[in-house]
Amino acid sequence: MKLKLAKVLALAAATSLALAGCSAAGTNNTGGTMLDKLGKSEGTLTLLGWPGYAEDGSNDPAYDWVSQFEKDSGCQVTFKPYGTSDEALSLFKTGEYDAIAASGDATLRLIAGGYVQPLNTDLIPSYAGVYDFLKNRDWNTVDGKTYGVPHGYGANLLMYNTKVVTPAPTSWDVVFDKASAYKGKVTAYDSPIYIADAAVYLMAHKPELGIKDPYALDKDQLAAAVDLLKAQRENVGEYWSDYLKSIQSFETGNSVVGTTWQVIKNSMSAKSNTEAILPTEGATGWSDSWMVSSTTKHVNCAYKWLDYIDSPKANAQATEYFGEAPVTQDACQYASKGFCETYHAGDADYAAKIYYWTTPISKCLDGRTDVKCTDYAAWTKAWQEIKG
Amino acid sequence: MLKNSATAVVPTSGTTARRISSYLYQHAKVRLRLLLAAPVFWLGLVYIAALLMLLITAFWTVDEFTGNTKVVWNVDNIVSLFTDSLYTTVTFRTVGIALAVTVIDVILALPIAFFMSKVAGPKLRNLLAISVLLPLWASYLVKAYAWRSVLSNTGILQWILEPFGVKTPGYSILGAAITLGYMWLPYVILPFYAGLEKVPGNLLEASSDLGANTFTTVRRVIFPIVLPSIIAGSIFAFSLTLGDYITVNIVGGASQMLGNLIYTNVGTANNLPMAAALALIPIGIMFAYLGAVRRTGALNNL
Repeated sequence: MKLKLAKVLALAAATSLALAGCSAAGTNNTGGTMLDKLGKSEGTLTLLGWPGYAEDGSNDPAYDWVSQFEKDSGCQVTFKPYGTSDEALSLFKTGEYDAIAASGDATLRLIAGGYVQPLNTDLIPSYAGVYDFLKNRDWNTVDGKTYGVPHGYGANLLMYNTKVVTPAPTSWDVVFDKASAYKGKVTAYDSPIYIADAAVYLMAHKPELGIKDPYALDKDQLAAAVDLLKAQRENVGEYWSDYLKSIQSFETGNSVVGTTWQVIKNSMSAKSNTEAILPTEGATGWSDSWMVSSTTKHVNCAYKWLDYIDSPKANAQATEYFGEAPVTQDACQYASKGFCETYHAGDADYAAKIYYWTTPISKCLDGRTDVKCTDYAAWTKAWQEIKG
Repeated sequence: MLKNSATAVVPTSGTTARRISSYLYQHAKVRLRLLLAAPVFWLGLVYIAALLMLLITAFWTVDEFTGNTKVVWNVDNIVSLFTDSLYTTVTFRTVGIALAVTVIDVILALPIAFFMSKVAGPKLRNLLAISVLLPLWASYLVKAYAWRSVLSNTGILQWILEPFGVKTPGYSILGAAITLGYMWLPYVILPFYAGLEKVPGNLLEASSDLGANTFTTVRRVIFPIVLPSIIAGSIFAFSLTLGDYITVNIVGGASQMLGNLIYTNVGTANNLPMAAALALIPIGIMFAYLGAVRRTGALNNL
């Protein structure tokens, strides 16, 4: 009987090896070629994006900008929301999606992996109206080719409890060097990309490290950022990635100071006594791009969607619903009053203080060629060690 | 054709069905093999092979550029489980939490199960059984978030403890252990209850007639009989805690458990080989635990 069990196990192992061999044979496609003219609609379109990026009224009848697109273009939209950039990446790799709204910490990985195709922006008329400071940036353009059109952008702000954190802070030092005053009540964003927040702080306070770009850190610079974050860890009450969790812990006073988004600030009740600022050092932020799959069979519908989402009205609806700045000035006339001011839409000075999320890769993004930079895998390992 | 085979089922001598049936009757081994083919196929291919396929990736690596899993045989991941201080720290923390949860649950479940099986009348017993099982109807996430508000600085626990000058444990390892203890309590009470049911009431009376006090009765009569149930319950609490990562994420503050490391390696780091290597730790611990339990002979009584 023993022998038979061994046989069964061996068979199982052999089968699993064979199957695994098939799945490991990776897909290494070349990125596809650029489209030169639009054709007929294919009738369907499958999108992947952050929650709230393509609302068809099924969550709340008041928010619907997809139905209009379906009527205009004749493309039936299926939308799948994702929770983190990393989840987005693994979903998109399946090849089941025609287009994706990705943040800068995913876009370069999508481009390098050959999962998205270069775009012919002449076929996207509303791209002309997009703010210039969002075009041709590290996270959407590689070797002069544009791979993504902007959806919206925002900054990771500093939120604090006005009753507890006095005097009102102007710098990130309240979560780093002076964080011990709020021991156990500091909060931070739970992702390896948060290391860039420490790098932004070091850029201003330790110029001798020579950090030019918070996403281009060599080994020593990463080590300095990690040390700073390990010291911060002593004072952190909890890390957040779910924004509802963040809202709740500021409401109850479990957190009193830490990273936040404008949309979280907007959701806080008046009695929570919270304020959110863009500190003097600047901040990290995101600028999301719509990209088209290199293997899509619905490329015309995808282009039409990219054009539609950058058109003023749809862009105003989508960005206002999510809580981020629109990508075109014309959107402001469709958004509710004060929206563009709250989110500093088009404020180039404000935008210049934002270091947009981008994927750290071993080729330094700041142009240095004499050293190798640390890539996202190294950041992830470092992040696990920081949390301990 | 179809009609023919349908009529063939009728047991007249000489038909195909009849011949098969008599063949199977005479050959017991073939009969057994055919009977077991489907479940063995399921267990072997679908269950064990899938698991092995996952675990075998622990000996592979990830292509740095494309992020795809690459078949390059190596043991780096396994070695780092023992040498990297991150992994050893988190392993010890996870085992510590699992042990704490097990102890909390055993201490809470024993009196409840004893009361249910030996003291309560039939009506009260049913009521208690329902209230023990009722939380299982609610979603795991709902319960975890409920504990998030219970444990918060303005939560009910703080309100209860404040008069005694004690603070809520808040979002911390202790908070996570308490929440997990709550989560798995029904799974511990039920085997205890089933075990205590088996203890005949007259055995307890006989014990006290023969002069044993309550403590001696518990130690010499009840305990040996319910030991297998205690072990069964502890396996639930221990193994379920070992693999958890959601509760600790919601109420654990900044702490990580093994499950979190596996999760970030799959989700964030895209490092399936390392995740598979980490998954070997709880599997190894459970094997050791079951082996130890087996040595005590408790499994024989189940």
